[in-house]
Amino acid sequence: MIAILLTLLAALALEIVPLPGAVEFARPEWMALVLIYWAMALPHRVGVVIAWLAGLLTDAATGSLLGLHALSLMLVVGIILLLHRRLRVLPLAQQAMLLVIFLSLDRLLSFWIRGAAGQPPELGVYLLPVATSIVVWPLIFLGLRHVRRRFDIR
Amino acid sequence: MNLSFRQGPYTLVKLLLLVLLSLGLLVADHRFRAMEPVRAALGTIVAPIQYVVTLPGQLFGLTSETFKSHTTLLEENQALREKQLRQEARLQRLWTLEQENARLRSLLDASRQVEEQVRVAEIVGVDLDPFRQKVVINRGEPDATFVGQPVIDARGVIGQVVHVGPFASEVMLISDPSHSVPVRVARNGLRSVAFGNGKTDQLDLRFIPNSADIRAGDIIVTSGLGGRFPPDYPVAVVTRFEPRPGRPFAAVSASPLAELNHVQEVLLVWRDRESPAAPETAAPAEPPG
Repeated sequence: MIAILLTLLAALALEIVPLPGAVEFARPEWMALVLIYWAMALPHRVGVVIAWLAGLLTDAATGSLLGLHALSLMLVVGIILLLHRRLRVLPLAQQAMLLVIFLSLDRLLSFWIRGAAGQPPELGVYLLPVATSIVVWPLIFLGLRHVRRRFDIR
Repeated sequence: MNLSFRQGPYTLVKLLLLVLLSLGLLVADHRFRAMEPVRAALGTIVAPIQYVVTLPGQLFGLTSETFKSHTTLLEENQALREKQLRQEARLQRLWTLEQENARLRSLLDASRQVEEQVRVAEIVGVDLDPFRQKVVINRGEPDATFVGQPVIDARGVIGQVVHVGPFASEVMLISDPSHSVPVRVARNGLRSVAFGNGKTDQLDLRFIPNSADIRAGDIIVTSGLGGRFPPDYPVAVVTRFEPRPGRPFAAVSASPLAELNHVQEVLLVWRDRESPAAPETAAPAEPPG
């Protein structure tokens, strides 16, 4: 469990690591990817409550509205929990393709909340992280699987 | 191994409760700004992570400073010396002007301006939400930082403190879409409000009539109305004035004087009555002689 929490903290750190200029807008959704992996691999360990708390910390760290990341991450993890048995056995490429849907959902939900709060960003730019997230997904998957096997987390 | 297929029986209930809780949080944070204590508590948890994230950048700065060549340092030193000399000369004149101003004000029986006190804060190298215009500074509660505190840099107004944490605070820049500063044109005192629009190089000046005397190149300064920003700090320079016949107000934009994009050090401003215990003072030193 400690190893899982450490990976979540690492994801939180990656969320606020300074990136140069416009690259900032393409920052992969580290927290979402790590949560999705754990929810898929160990659904009895990482569920909606942990996703919600992790989202809340992300909100606090990035200075966004409290509840923005919490709500969207929690719902995505909820969907993953429903589908984890099917997702788990798919090859990496197919997983990544399905992730496009889940991550877009996550982004669209927070886009909608931002719009409701009176600060709608540009939708095209706002969906950019979905693309970069898909690119790093194999790394996250293989890396975290290694962590899971190495530390024998069940 | 059969564990891995077990799922909590109350997942759906938990999910619904958390959705309601999130919506409550969002509304409380956005509408009523009632989440300050929660944010402060979460900030304490997040602070060590922010610290770790800034370490590589700090190390890099440290090493590049250590290994700077002797001549570069000498040159830099020379340049700074010259700059200080120039500024001291200007400060002497400023002191005289300030005295004169105080005398004239007392003749007019107007209340004397309060002197502000400032303290240097550094921008912490942490990326916030890229769709909001905010930065983190390394001053928190122990430094008597408070919500609503004005933040400036050497050129002009940066923004104001919106959250105070135990070790760090968040500053909303004047370019944030939800930020506005009451301003006036330095040349003739024409009042307006400078709204941020999400771009770091542009502010919108609203409520300026089509017939107003304002042109590109005018400096706008804080007016002090609203009581949050002290008066007469430079904010921006007017870049475009476009009368719109048929509309009540003209379209005026300005570009901020402060370097919102790549500012490293900022100044926190205290008025007299709310000053911290022992701040560096902003009042000019006694003139020599």
